[in-house]
Amino acid sequence: MFYPTAGQFKTSYQADYALFPVRQDAFLLGVIALFAFVVFPLTASEFTFRALLTPVLIYSLAALGLNILTGYAGQLSLGTGAFMGVGAYACYKLVSIFPEMNIVVAIALSGFFSATIGVIFGLPSLRIKGFYLAIATLAAQFFLVWLFQKWGWLYNYNASGAIQVPNIALFGVTVAGPRATAIAQYYFVLCTVCVITVFAINITRGRIGRMWKAVRDMDIAAELVGINLMRAKLMAFFVSSYIVGIAGALFVFLWRGAAEANLFDIPLSFRVLFIAIIGGLGSVLGNYLGAILIVALPVIISTVPKALGLPIDAATAEHLNVMIIGALIITFLIVEPHGLARFWAIIREKLILWPFPH
Amino acid sequence: MEFLDNILVKPFADMAAAPDFLLQVLWEGLVGGVLYALIALGFVLIYKSSRIFNFAQGIMVVFAALTLVGLHEKGLPAFIALPLTLVVMLVLAITIERVVLRPLVNQPDIILFMATIGITLFLIGFGELIFGGENKVMITKELMIPTDSFVFEPFGGFVSIEQKDLTAVIGAMLLVAGLLVFLNKSKIGRAIRALGDDHQAALSVGISLSTIWVIVWFIAGVIALATGIVWGARAGVSFALEVIAFKALPVLMLGGLESVMGAIIGGLAIGILEKVFEIYWGQPLLGGNTEAWFAYMLALLVLLFRPQGLFGEKIIERV
Repeated sequence: MFYPTAGQFKTSYQADYALFPVRQDAFLLGVIALFAFVVFPLTASEFTFRALLTPVLIYSLAALGLNILTGYAGQLSLGTGAFMGVGAYACYKLVSIFPEMNIVVAIALSGFFSATIGVIFGLPSLRIKGFYLAIATLAAQFFLVWLFQKWGWLYNYNASGAIQVPNIALFGVTVAGPRATAIAQYYFVLCTVCVITVFAINITRGRIGRMWKAVRDMDIAAELVGINLMRAKLMAFFVSSYIVGIAGALFVFLWRGAAEANLFDIPLSFRVLFIAIIGGLGSVLGNYLGAILIVALPVIISTVPKALGLPIDAATAEHLNVMIIGALIITFLIVEPHGLARFWAIIREKLILWPFPH
Repeated sequence: MEFLDNILVKPFADMAAAPDFLLQVLWEGLVGGVLYALIALGFVLIYKSSRIFNFAQGIMVVFAALTLVGLHEKGLPAFIALPLTLVVMLVLAITIERVVLRPLVNQPDIILFMATIGITLFLIGFGELIFGGENKVMITKELMIPTDSFVFEPFGGFVSIEQKDLTAVIGAMLLVAGLLVFLNKSKIGRAIRALGDDHQAALSVGISLSTIWVIVWFIAGVIALATGIVWGARAGVSFALEVIAFKALPVLMLGGLESVMGAIIGGLAIGILEKVFEIYWGQPLLGGNTEAWFAYMLALLVLLFRPQGLFGEKIIERV
């Protein structure tokens, strides 16, 4: 009733494979876009931008990159944080070597650096599978973070060892650096995320995406039906690391403003992995739902007891936060191992059929 | 040429010039390796019996050690605190089996792996909430672990071996020997191995899956406690210990996920090699702290030639 799909007939394969086979999906997305582009910027405060909106977008972009590798191509990666770091440091070097370079170009180029590194560390995936492959990505994780610390050239030999984002303008508006406003940064991130999402949706539902899914479901069988395993796996590593690298560049340039090497350490990798898994492996939508949950949770946990008047100090809140996230992960895995995206699919199904049970 | 000389000649010349120092380095590496091997052993036990890649083993080490020290701080003498900690680990094993594992039976590996990360986070928050996040001192004296050190003077040099390290090595050897006997000779040990071979076949001959899982997680908890005591005596007890879980992963991969022998040999090899590499190559040439990644690179190299690890079961795939 709320989601009447009856009467929307498809008369060609093309219509069946359209981006929005059901009209209501397009309508719903339009409403979400309206909120993201118009309503939030008009109503949100500086704090909401910095603590919720921008990080949700950036984390979902990183999770999207990981999801392409782990959810679609089936290659487990525990090194997302380090690949984000490669993107961030590459962008930093590009901006400091070519100060005239447009920020969009710099961020787009920095993705290629992380993509190259991703392919190099993806090479072992041709021989090693499953959990053993996690070692290759963990090697990348620890080696790259160590490199960020030890290789002074990367952070321009700053005494602090951290990278500091300079003021960068785009079309006369400062989008990065200490003078940038939160709303400009939000719009920049939002547009980037939109472009990459469209790209990701199309690549995953096309020929390449089907190739990845075949490799994920059983790589030997995929090879037997004529899929070039090496190309499929390395392409997954390339595309995934590219998106993750861009997310890393945005992470530092459009949100944090400064970064030390240990920011990209294993907790960041795990956070992105949580988002991808809680959101749902093998879905694009899930990354956004997962990111909303993981980013909003600490904010809620720190504000709710205060609103209720419960005395809770910062340390306890922090510990509770960790505990609750752990418990939530287990709960989600038990209740719905396919993640929040599956939840939405079930709800949508129910809405279509309502008020009938079947 | 000088570069090659620095890599290929000078480190060995240094080793030959100061053999006593080399011995000391090897000993330190060996002790570190024993600890890695112990943690990897906990992983292997759980992986063998349930195919769960238990990320929480590292945090169980911290949790066990914290419980022991925390109970002692509450005023309990060591000989009561120790068994009480074992009881806590048993309760933990039962809870994990009941709450987490049982509902997740038959899920894909990655889901179970994520669940153990969830357990890790929960235990970190829970432990910090109860015992506080600050560093604690392990109660070495109360547990009657000697703290002096033996000093040898081979080659006219100077090598010092701390007695608590020696205790750790001997204790670990006894633990491993006991475990091997238990796994190979006892009825429960056979049941564990049967489960590892084939869940359904094991169930059909009347082995209780849930009981064995509780036992396995409890044994892993006991190993965790032993590791925690040993490591805590060296470096204090705090959540920073959690990073050693990441050290155990390459050990596992190097040795093979299913092999107890592999965990031990892998642990010792990585412990010694990473120390030697750090001292003779890492610090002079690469700016130090190479221990952060050396084990992973080594494991990765080995895996390229043997994808199932040194002692792992050969992976056979059928389409």
